[in-house]
Amino acid sequence: MMQLGDYAGTVLAAYGVSLVLIAGLVWHTVAANARARRALQEHERNG
Amino acid sequence: MSIWEYANPTKFMRTTEGLLPWLVGSAVLCSVGGVFWGFLTPEDFRQGSTVKIVFLHVPAAMMAINIWVMMLVASLIWIIRRHHVSALAAKAAAPIGAIMTLIALATGAIWGQPMWGTWWEWDPRLTSFLILFLFYVGYIALWAAVEDPDSAADLTGVLCLVGSVFALLSRYAVLFWNQGLHQGASLSVQSGERMSSVYRYPLYLAMLGFFLLFLALLLIRTRTEIRRRRLAALQAREMRA
Repeated sequence: MMQLGDYAGTVLAAYGVSLVLIAGLVWHTVAANARARRALQEHERNG
Repeated sequence: MSIWEYANPTKFMRTTEGLLPWLVGSAVLCSVGGVFWGFLTPEDFRQGSTVKIVFLHVPAAMMAINIWVMMLVASLIWIIRRHHVSALAAKAAAPIGAIMTLIALATGAIWGQPMWGTWWEWDPRLTSFLILFLFYVGYIALWAAVEDPDSAADLTGVLCLVGSVFALLSRYAVLFWNQGLHQGASLSVQSGERMSSVYRYPLYLAMLGFFLLFLALLLIRTRTEIRRRRLAALQAREMRA
């Protein structure tokens, strides 16, 4: 088990915040891309 | 073959489609590998385990500044040569830059509390980074506020030029003013080795990972913008018909 000493809360908070922000950015990027692709495909299919 | 060929949206979409899986794979490998390796490094004799925060803070801060520089180059290409893909790439990069700036600010504040005894200090580098973040927010808001995409690209291009002063200031603030709390560069070619190789190699990998992550996200977001633009153009053509 890794020992983070007296600063465990500090280190875990920094990693947690960064992970949440990056995960949110990736999710937003992928979801917006899927939405745009679907909308364009539907429009082109319908004429 | 000229680089300007990629300013053609069709060519851009075709090229990036094949490139993306490799880019995403290497971005995940390097960023997760670098950050995880950094997490496993031993405690520093002065900073204790808070040294592990450097593997997030430094790559994020590096990308925060460099993404604005990339946006500046793309905006200049739009202003001078009127290539739509470059304007859309600048637009696509802004949210990534904003998140990188936020990560740098947040991890800096979390590290600063035990090390400096304060979450925040109106230090030149911290302040210029906060202003850079506000520029990112303003840039995104301006794109959203202006309906005509070409006018939005022009206006945000000018904003990008103005914001570049703060991007440069964020990078060199510690050299201009000596009274700040923030230390100088963690890695420097001129000043020799400042950091032990135990920390330096995972940091290099994390920096490479963040750069590749940016490239992958940038390509996906630019492709999204191109699709949105094409859809809007098709809808406008049908309205006219």
